[in-house]
Amino acid sequence: MNLNKLILKNQALRRGIIAIIAALLVWEILAHWRLWFGYSLPGIGLMPPPSAVLHLWGKVLLDGSYWLSWYASYSRVLLGFCLAMLLGIPFGLMLAVNRHLHALFFPIFEILRPIPPLAWVPASLIFWPTQEMSIVFVIFLGAFYAIVINVLGGARSIDIRYLRAAQSMGAGQWSLFWRVVLPATLPSIFTGAAVGMGITWEVVVAAEMIAVGGRVYGGGLGFFVWNSFVGGSTEQAIIGMLSIGIAGYLASSLIRYIGYRLMPWHTAA
Amino acid sequence: MNSAQAGGSLSIRNVSKIYDPEGANIKALHDCSIDIAAGEICMILGPSGCGKTTLLNAVAGFHGISSGEIRLDGTLLCNTAKPQAQQGPDRMVVFQNGALFPWKTLLNNVAYGPIVQQRLSPKEARAKALDMLGEAGLADVAHKYPGEVSSGMARRAEIVRALINDPKILLLDEPYRAMDALTKAIMHENLLRIYDLKPVTIFFITHDLEEAIFLGQRVVIMTTRPATTKEIIEIDLPYPRDHRVLSSEAFRLLVTQVKASVHAEAKKAFAAGEKERA
Repeated sequence: MNLNKLILKNQALRRGIIAIIAALLVWEILAHWRLWFGYSLPGIGLMPPPSAVLHLWGKVLLDGSYWLSWYASYSRVLLGFCLAMLLGIPFGLMLAVNRHLHALFFPIFEILRPIPPLAWVPASLIFWPTQEMSIVFVIFLGAFYAIVINVLGGARSIDIRYLRAAQSMGAGQWSLFWRVVLPATLPSIFTGAAVGMGITWEVVVAAEMIAVGGRVYGGGLGFFVWNSFVGGSTEQAIIGMLSIGIAGYLASSLIRYIGYRLMPWHTAA
Repeated sequence: MNSAQAGGSLSIRNVSKIYDPEGANIKALHDCSIDIAAGEICMILGPSGCGKTTLLNAVAGFHGISSGEIRLDGTLLCNTAKPQAQQGPDRMVVFQNGALFPWKTLLNNVAYGPIVQQRLSPKEARAKALDMLGEAGLADVAHKYPGEVSSGMARRAEIVRALINDPKILLLDEPYRAMDALTKAIMHENLLRIYDLKPVTIFFITHDLEEAIFLGQRVVIMTTRPATTKEIIEIDLPYPRDHRVLSSEAFRLLVTQVKASVHAEAKKAFAAGEKERA
């Protein structure tokens, strides 16, 4: 049983690796097409081959400013994301539990929600005292909406039988909230967190491109990409892109792992 | 035959219930009267959607009644002036599709009641829960989550979760609805065994007439909506009953009798074609 699982996992891993290698090969061939075959494929423009990107990446890895970009983006994302969780979960639960608060806040929330976080960049640059705070704020917004909507939906769709069963067994409001409403909403909280985390990476990159002009250090991965492009190094821009992909993947994996630890029943069911 | 020491007689008198969402005025129960003795297994039989669950919900205190009166051991639960009964552990419900908390192990599900009522310390509650799960043959799966066990085991655990609260009456709402006939038969024998260990009044809703006859001391046949009591049939098959009863002559005669009465209602319900109300 366990051995089977291990073999399956290995198989999946092997297939994943094969797919990545195949994709790199195709990319490599396409990038060299003109040189090797003497004519251009229609629709295929200039791009650096992966071998060149990887070669440069090897050098970039030794460069401290590259890692500072990672650090800058990650700390912004985590700060904005944690704030969004901290405020979004109670806010969503509150809206779900209390009809009056829902009537009061939901319309405002729904009007603000369609505004893309990036549209907030100019206003928040003016409003917040530092550039850093405005970027974190915009990231926060990106994750906040996703978290609130999911928590609200999850808490509202709790099966009434759970609430009735708990109340019949004598649960008070306190126990009902902590031992029924909250665990029943946990899967939705994690759905919101996963979606929100995805949005934070979209937002941080764009915000850094717009807002972190002129700084070499601490610009973040978004700035790294933009700066490489302006500096004429497409290879380095691609390194930045792939780094963002890896960073986002690591962040989502972390959330999945925490979700898995907090909800052992969820994987069982 | 069994009589509970703890009481548990239920008296339902002239209960009516009208749902009136936006003036729709749906009459779910009409002038419904049933008396259930302490320790009796009373089966409420009627076609799907006839209003049986409405009656159960009124007894449990999940919603109010429009008129009439329900008493438990003589104590008023609800009447016209106080339409909704207070929910309480003296009336435990086992729900249609099961309502074990998926985020708790079977053991913690069972221990939940005594803990929130602060009748037992968490440690004592878990010890007692483990004992009772063991009696029900569930010791091996006590530490599993509901999603990891079969629906039959989950339903048994849910009955244990109800019984640990020492209810006066157990309200079962078609608990074996989605099960195949073979599993159902095992569940029935198991329920009767649990009942022998711990006699408690049982108010059991079903639309399966063989289930009603096999388990019940009396079968109350309900009309289709608005539901009211049509006929009460005494089931004088001796306990303990096991699967052999099902092939006895007496059983078949009862099936014929009950079928005649309930079939007319099923036809009416079918013709009305109304969607089932939870």
